[in-house]
Amino acid sequence: MLNIGGLNEGIVIDHIQAGGAMKIYEYLNLEKLDCSVAIIKNARSNKMGKKDIIKIEGPFDIDLNVLGVLDHKITINVIKDNQIVEKHTLSLPDTVTNIIKCKNPRCITSIEQELPHTFKLTDRADRIYRCIYCESKFKGN
Amino acid sequence: MRHLISPLDLSVEELEHILTLGERIMKNPEKYAHVCEGKKLATLFYEPSTRTRLSFEAAMLNLGGKVLGFSSADSSSASKGESVADTIRVISSYADICAMRHPKEGAPTVAAMYSEIPVINAGDGGHNHPTQTLTDLITIKILTGRLDNLTIGMCGDLKFGRTVHSLINAMVRYPNVRFILISPNELTIPDYLRAEVLDAGNIDYVETNQLEQYMPELDILYMTRVQRERFFNEEDYIRLKDSFILDASKLQYARKDMYILHPLPRVNEISTEVDNDPRAVYFKQAKYGVYVRMALIMNLLGLDQDTGL
Repeated sequence: MLNIGGLNEGIVIDHIQAGGAMKIYEYLNLEKLDCSVAIIKNARSNKMGKKDIIKIEGPFDIDLNVLGVLDHKITINVIKDNQIVEKHTLSLPDTVTNIIKCKNPRCITSIEQELPHTFKLTDRADRIYRCIYCESKFKGN
Repeated sequence: MRHLISPLDLSVEELEHILTLGERIMKNPEKYAHVCEGKKLATLFYEPSTRTRLSFEAAMLNLGGKVLGFSSADSSSASKGESVADTIRVISSYADICAMRHPKEGAPTVAAMYSEIPVINAGDGGHNHPTQTLTDLITIKILTGRLDNLTIGMCGDLKFGRTVHSLINAMVRYPNVRFILISPNELTIPDYLRAEVLDAGNIDYVETNQLEQYMPELDILYMTRVQRERFFNEEDYIRLKDSFILDASKLQYARKDMYILHPLPRVNEISTEVDNDPRAVYFKQAKYGVYVRMALIMNLLGLDQDTGL
């Protein structure tokens, strides 16, 4: 298996659906970080068969719950001094803004670029979000 | 301050209050002729809709108020690229209440977020058209005397027809309402309505493409037009537009006390020979629409509370 160095301090975004890592990378704007970021695609997984992993070095201060909107199977491990100090699964936020974009060509957001793309959680069991303007559905992985 | 963006913004009790007020206005319009004196309604119509706009304007004028506004995006500042948010902030200082029609879905929601006056959604693309729903409900209530225990046939374009979606959403809140959904296979109701509203609410419904077969069971037949503007493809429109045409021969299967509603405008889906049938109430429906808009304007301006009206 491909060998990527361990983390002294940072987070590991694990159990990303295989092929989904780049999407997560873009949503979190990881290209703007100047620390080490490792993207591991199609890693072997007992649970999932194949999975993607992202490792980010250093302290990292953003609300990762938004990732639950995209992929609810994701787990987050927080690493300090080479140890996993926190391990948590994601909960779904009630609203998310500018994380997902409304793709309905008839939505007002399609012509008014400055409007925030806000989605509300309308069905927690099925993880369905709806655009607050046109009510178009978004369902993550 | 309240807005009316979706038909479901109103609880069953609030709806009942507005419909009852509408009926009272219908019976005694003189009593309400000066209620909105000194008030202005702005009609912000980013796409043409003569019927809805004039119905709103007639409603405000009947209440003794005044109206101002525009009737197409070309004649508004939208043609210069002004956002809905900016437009409504300006209009808020010109008028006391506004009715907005916009081709994009959710535009009135944006307006309500920035407005200092009540916003009424007068239709946003294929999304919501709550005052049409109020019109449909008051028509059913006036003519049948109830909103429960009804079998409602909906015929035509059930996929893009927002009036159909809104009416289903409103009617499922009343007990023992059954729907017969009659459409070509390409124009059936959207999945979300079937799954999240009808199936989830355990509502009795049938989907069919046979109008005649179910006609004898109906209390209400709600006809809709197959709308050219909802199609991206002209060929699909031409192929489907004549799918279900109501004429005298089909109507012979209907009960004597059934009512035919239509949000109008009609193209050819109801043959003109049906117009003189006493069951055809679509022109009356347009008239009731003015009364219910009068009731709504009064309600949103808080003028139905302290005057004992």
